[in-house]
Amino acid sequence: MHRFLPIFALLASIALPLGTSQAQERAPDTMAARVLACASCHGAEGEGTSDVYFPRLAGKPAGYLYNQLVAFRDGRRKYPPMNYLLEFLPDDYLKKIAEHFASLRPPFPPPAIPSASKEILARGESIVTQGDSQRGLPACASCHGPTFGGMEPAIPGLLGLRASYISAQLGGWRYGTRTAAAPDCMQIVAGLLTEDDVKAVAAYLSSRPAPSDPSFAKQGSLPMPLACGSEPH
Amino acid sequence: MPRILNALLPVFAVLLLIGATKAMAQDAELLKKGEYLARAGDCIACHTAREGKTFAGGLPMKTPFGTLYTSNITPDPQTGIGMWTSDQFFQMMHNGRFPDGGLVYPAMPFASYTKVTREDSDAIYAYLRSIPPVKQRNREHDLKFPFNNRSLILGWRTLFFREGEYKPDATKSAEWNRGAYLVEGLGHCGMCHTAINALGGSSDSQAFEGGLIPMQNWYAPSLTSNKEAGLGDWTIEEITDYLRKGVSKRGAVYGPMAEVVYNSLQYLNDDDTRAMAIYLKGLAQGTSPEKPVAPLPSAESSLLLSLGKQIYDRECASCHGAEGLGMPPHYPPLAGNQSIQMVSAVNAIRMVLNGGYPPGTAGNPMPYGMPPFAHRLSDDEIAAVVTYIRTSWGNRGEPVSARQANELRAATLN
Ligand code: HEC
Ligand code: HEC
Ligand code: HEC
Ligand code: HEC
Ligand code: HEC
Repeated sequence: MHRFLPIFALLASIALPLGTSQAQERAPDTMAARVLACASCHGAEGEGTSDVYFPRLAGKPAGYLYNQLVAFRDGRRKYPPMNYLLEFLPDDYLKKIAEHFASLRPPFPPPAIPSASKEILARGESIVTQGDSQRGLPACASCHGPTFGGMEPAIPGLLGLRASYISAQLGGWRYGTRTAAAPDCMQIVAGLLTEDDVKAVAAYLSSRPAPSDPSFAKQGSLPMPLACGSEPH
Repeated sequence: MPRILNALLPVFAVLLLIGATKAMAQDAELLKKGEYLARAGDCIACHTAREGKTFAGGLPMKTPFGTLYTSNITPDPQTGIGMWTSDQFFQMMHNGRFPDGGLVYPAMPFASYTKVTREDSDAIYAYLRSIPPVKQRNREHDLKFPFNNRSLILGWRTLFFREGEYKPDATKSAEWNRGAYLVEGLGHCGMCHTAINALGGSSDSQAFEGGLIPMQNWYAPSLTSNKEAGLGDWTIEEITDYLRKGVSKRGAVYGPMAEVVYNSLQYLNDDDTRAMAIYLKGLAQGTSPEKPVAPLPSAESSLLLSLGKQIYDRECASCHGAEGLGMPPHYPPLAGNQSIQMVSAVNAIRMVLNGGYPPGTAGNPMPYGMPPFAHRLSDDEIAAVVTYIRTSWGNRGEPVSARQANELRAATLN
């Protein structure tokens, strides 16, 4: 055995400089390098940026992120810069991108200091935890979880999102610029909310601290009062 | 039944079976060939709407004259082409006429498909008959007067349409001829890579000389001259990588060319890809790139350049390298890259505004991307950095203005 070692050492010393000089000219073979195109809007770790409409991606359920990427690519969810970037990326790759961001755990920024009144926050809390049975509005918690952590594989958590983003998404469902796989339960839910409900819900959710480690409810463990095409039973 | 016949029955059965499997094998082969040729013709890109059923049509095509909606070419008898004979199908491909003799709008690239052989047309026909029929009525075109009058197509045809199957050039190799057949025929590359004139035609005399694609605001470079994107000094491997993987040591595909690679070229086999590369390289031979000219250092442009360099070093050098060498094939080189030095700066400006990913292909399944800068750089900054990459490291493009950058902000994505 030992006799071969010097040869290996020699080979290694020849190979190394070659290897490193080539490595410098090649793009790093990592997912992080591949998704640098997303960093200026979503942060290098998917932590989000100062722009309140650019969402955090890190730690969201992989199935959820994948559904969003497919929806952007196919034009079902509209935001032209992203629709354009993803247009010619195949499913397998979108899955890898989703898994990459789902696996990251950058810290959350502190929650927003609520600018809304106590009454509005209370109304928001009541809608998200209890819904409004008179209007047939289900509690958000019945699908997003009692602590709003989300459910595997495709229902996202609702904490760590900013108020403007939450309002914009609920608006997107009402005006048809965001649609999920049919039956699109969120479209029904958003359609039952008034403008004031949206404000209240967004204010309440964004004022709550996000858990540093997301804990998703197990698939099928929440009641889900409506069927959702994106969440398999 | 007489016993002798009974005894022969199994023999007949076996004979029948052999006959049937043979026919089935031939069928399967024909269908495979048809599918392959339909890929080479990129029928799917136009005849499938976003999230729509495959080949059921309905994709809007914006033209300066209004919007056309592509047709359902599935074998549904009422709404598709289920009632068409192979003769009628060939007449459409070869001569741009409907079964009733009506004229087809040239947005359907029959001006290129006319070069396709009858045999290949029949294979595509057989394949299209084998796909699932979809019941979906064709949507009326939405064209402005007078373009909604199909008889106007007659004028267009007189000027721009030359009916005729591809005629091999006996002085060239079989490979070259195969490449020419694919590029000029099914590939309909000339539809984008030839200047489109005011009448919406691509003229023969300017074939493959490049042009701005109307409505899309992308410039398809000349394939005939090394002054633009001519491929004369690319190696065959660089050209085949570019066409099939979507990335190469010389540059990556983007914009409408990314669609062509994603839906069509990545599926072509080694021989056909190589044949196309040989033909394309030959098209460009004989001209050589112009020698770099030293950009004139006027006071204004040197200010632009120093701002441009600052932005480049901050925003771009991490991927494209301080000297513009890139990290090929994933981060394309900018130094010596013809595609950013063309007279038209449209592509370079749009690249910086919109960023992009090359298509995910079998040869490059996990491409690297470039971020968009539209939301982070002002018109002046875009102009400065594009001017910088067009004129540095021996590149010989011309400076661009903030106005040009501004105009392209509104260019539609997708
Ligand atoms: C120009 C800024 C920008 C770039 C670049 C960008 N995004 Fe986005 N992204 C957004 C915005 C804004 C939204 C929210 C859109 C909306 O309102 O529906 C979004 C939404 C998303 C979502 C959905 C998040 C959720 O919780 O529903 C995902 C996933 C995503 N982006 C992934 C990516 C990936 C992956 C890339 C890179 C390939 C990328 N984005 C590049 C701006 C950007
Ligand atoms: C019936 C189940 C269900 C109920 C009830 C429900 N949601 Fe959802 N929600 C979903 C699903 C499923 C998704 C993922 C949709 C997709 O794939 O785009 C979602 C997504 C969202 C998102 C997008 C998150 C992001 O990161 O972009 C928001 C915001 C949201 N829901 C808010 C609410 C609010 C507020 C309520 C209560 C008023 C509510 N949801 C009630 C199932 C539900
Ligand atoms: C660049 C876009 C484009 C491509 C590529 C394309 N087509 Fe078309 N095609 C059209 C348009 C637009 C029409 C409608 C023309 C009209 O109404 O005059 C059409 C019409 C047709 C029709 C007539 C169907 C009917 O009932 O109206 C057939 C058949 C057809 N195409 C077959 C094909 C085949 C086969 C291919 C691939 C080899 C192909 N097309 C590629 C744009 C395209
Ligand atoms: C839908 C329009 C369209 C069609 C069809 C099309 N191209 Fe392109 N092509 C473009 C555009 C736009 C560019 C410039 C963007 C780029 O370089 O990727 C381009 C660039 C190229 C280049 C790169 C030149 C360089 O130096 O960067 C080559 C080679 C090329 N096309 C070959 C072809 C071939 C071969 C076909 C037919 C099989 C074809 N194209 C069909 C639009 C098109
Ligand atoms: C994160 C890495 C990255 C950064 C940063 C980046 N680019 Fe790119 N660039 C790419 C990739 C990847 C492509 C190929 C994209 C495609 O094909 O759609 C590309 C393509 C280009 C092209 C087209 C060249 C060709 O032949 O494909 C130009 C021009 C360009 N970049 C200019 C710039 C400029 C100017 C900047 C800075 C303002 C910049 N890039 C920043 C990665 C990057």
